[in-house]
Amino acid sequence: MAKQDKSGQSLNQIKTSTNIVFNIVFLILAIMCVIPLLFVFSISITDEEAIRQNGYQLIPQALSGAAYEFLWNERLTILRAAFMSVLVTVVGTVISIALNTSMGYVVSRRNFKLKKLYTWLIFIPMVFNGGMLASYVVVSNILGLNNSIWALILPLACSAFSVTICRTFFRTTVPDSIIESAKIDGAGQFRIWSQIVLPISKPVMATIGMFAAFGYWNDWFQASLYIQDTKLQTLQSLLNQMQKNIEYIANNPYGGLSMQEYKLSMPTESVRMAIAIVIIVPIACTYPFFQKYFISGLTIGSVKE
Amino acid sequence: MGIHKSTDGGRIRHGKPWWKRWSRDDTELFVLSLPTLLWFLIFTYLPMFGIIIAFKNYRLQPGGHGFIYNLLHSEWAGFGNFKYFFTSNSFTMLLRNTILYNIAFIIISASVAVGGALMLSSMRNKRGSKVYQTMMFLPYFMSWVVVSYFVYALLTPERGYINGIITALGGERIMWYQENKYWPFIIVFLNTWKGMGYGMVIYLASITGIDPSLYEAAVMDGATKAQQARHITLPAIKPVFVMMLILDCGKIFNSDFGLFFQVTGQLPASLYTTASTFDTYIYMAIQSTAPIGQTAAASFFQAICSCGTILLANWVVSKIDNENRII
Repeated sequence: MAKQDKSGQSLNQIKTSTNIVFNIVFLILAIMCVIPLLFVFSISITDEEAIRQNGYQLIPQALSGAAYEFLWNERLTILRAAFMSVLVTVVGTVISIALNTSMGYVVSRRNFKLKKLYTWLIFIPMVFNGGMLASYVVVSNILGLNNSIWALILPLACSAFSVTICRTFFRTTVPDSIIESAKIDGAGQFRIWSQIVLPISKPVMATIGMFAAFGYWNDWFQASLYIQDTKLQTLQSLLNQMQKNIEYIANNPYGGLSMQEYKLSMPTESVRMAIAIVIIVPIACTYPFFQKYFISGLTIGSVKE
Repeated sequence: MGIHKSTDGGRIRHGKPWWKRWSRDDTELFVLSLPTLLWFLIFTYLPMFGIIIAFKNYRLQPGGHGFIYNLLHSEWAGFGNFKYFFTSNSFTMLLRNTILYNIAFIIISASVAVGGALMLSSMRNKRGSKVYQTMMFLPYFMSWVVVSYFVYALLTPERGYINGIITALGGERIMWYQENKYWPFIIVFLNTWKGMGYGMVIYLASITGIDPSLYEAAVMDGATKAQQARHITLPAIKPVFVMMLILDCGKIFNSDFGLFFQVTGQLPASLYTTASTFDTYIYMAIQSTAPIGQTAAASFFQAICSCGTILLANWVVSKIDNENRII
């Protein structure tokens, strides 16, 4: 391998000048992708008075931890929302892995009698769906999941795309001989799936799990449709809500302050940016480690049978 | 493997229907798949029956019954709801916006992704290339709500960074959220910005899968870098490209709701004609008191069109190059 690289490199390399141009292009693009974080962060630590006078500054003229102090004082609201976000993400991810891998396993079995039917059943929703309104009616009117955590979890729990990724993975990497020998030993399909197939399928579980976890953590749309109860708000919907109504937290004082005092003491702009930071940091810190699972999932998903 | 053969052989010999050959194995697999099967039936197939809503004048019936009872006892509207939607002044605007934005998205995103992947793959410093990829992947993991905060920080008229720069250079403040001439560019830019890392990484993955001996042979024959890209790399990523294209064509009547609704700041009236798409229209109708039948008609129209375009795109691809069709 090393030898190949060496000969390839010396023969087949772009010019140094081209390489420098490419580097500059990507440096600019990469900075464009990351710098908004810096904007938001520097607003969150700027003194409210300085914002009022000078607008947002990349390098704050007057630093202030007031926004984070405010979040700390409002920790009941923030922590409850964070708890809901974590709860939805964890429960949702577990359910999502279970649903997708079990179906993926079943359709990967070549001699399952309903295989054809199932393949169609999974394929059709990829092409046709009932539309946003009909899904809304099913979740809220027929299942009656308004203001329930399940309205945030169930609609996103499974997808034809993820099932297909699982199927392709099981087909290509789990040897039939293992399954056959387990069957001969008298194991049922449920046991084979849970105790043999899943333990050797960690990469695909990681992929599906990551898709699900980021999907749940980032979801605000389901919440905006189905959740009105502020006790059930996640961080994303809190942020979304605050955009609709900047004075949201001021309307939910739990301390002894009057509304007026609250409004005066609340550093709104910086607080909103601080909440955005609370949402972004867990993602920004974890995604570089999970990136490879995303990529492998996307490439498995594009393999045709 | 032996078991495979005997069941297959059995089918050929006796020609028994499938339910007679139903084994214990099948029962177990069926039970294992049951939860997911139910999920698919409830969350993807049940909404398909929502078609009915579009053909009804939904009214609450006396007696406090459930939704389905009310629906079934509402009178039929024929194509009235569709007629209302097609003749409303929003319809052509929505159609134009949704399709034009999507076409712009497809062309720009695909060129950026393919171009970026070609450049990344030929970069000499592999470490640097990895770092750039990771950084460019970040926006993909941000929700539109968070992105709308980024945009707000840049564009809010009083304090935003961009107006700050404009006034510092002696220009006039721009009321970004009220001027619709800028938004087509902002929307296309943001869509490209958010998806570019993802797109590049997908193409890069298929470029790195190319057999290096192909390039070595090309170098022996004196091929330039551009010729290698044209004759080796691009043909190799064509299947992925076509697949992405078909999937994108299937979404041509859909839009990323968050991009059009959140980022514009809950779609203010000033931007309504520039940034409305079918999805924002349906969402706003759900939140309002608009008759549910008319909303369903819009929603159904969108679903039918998506289905039509994905099948059409697949058909066109199968005519040109049968290898690359996805269905």
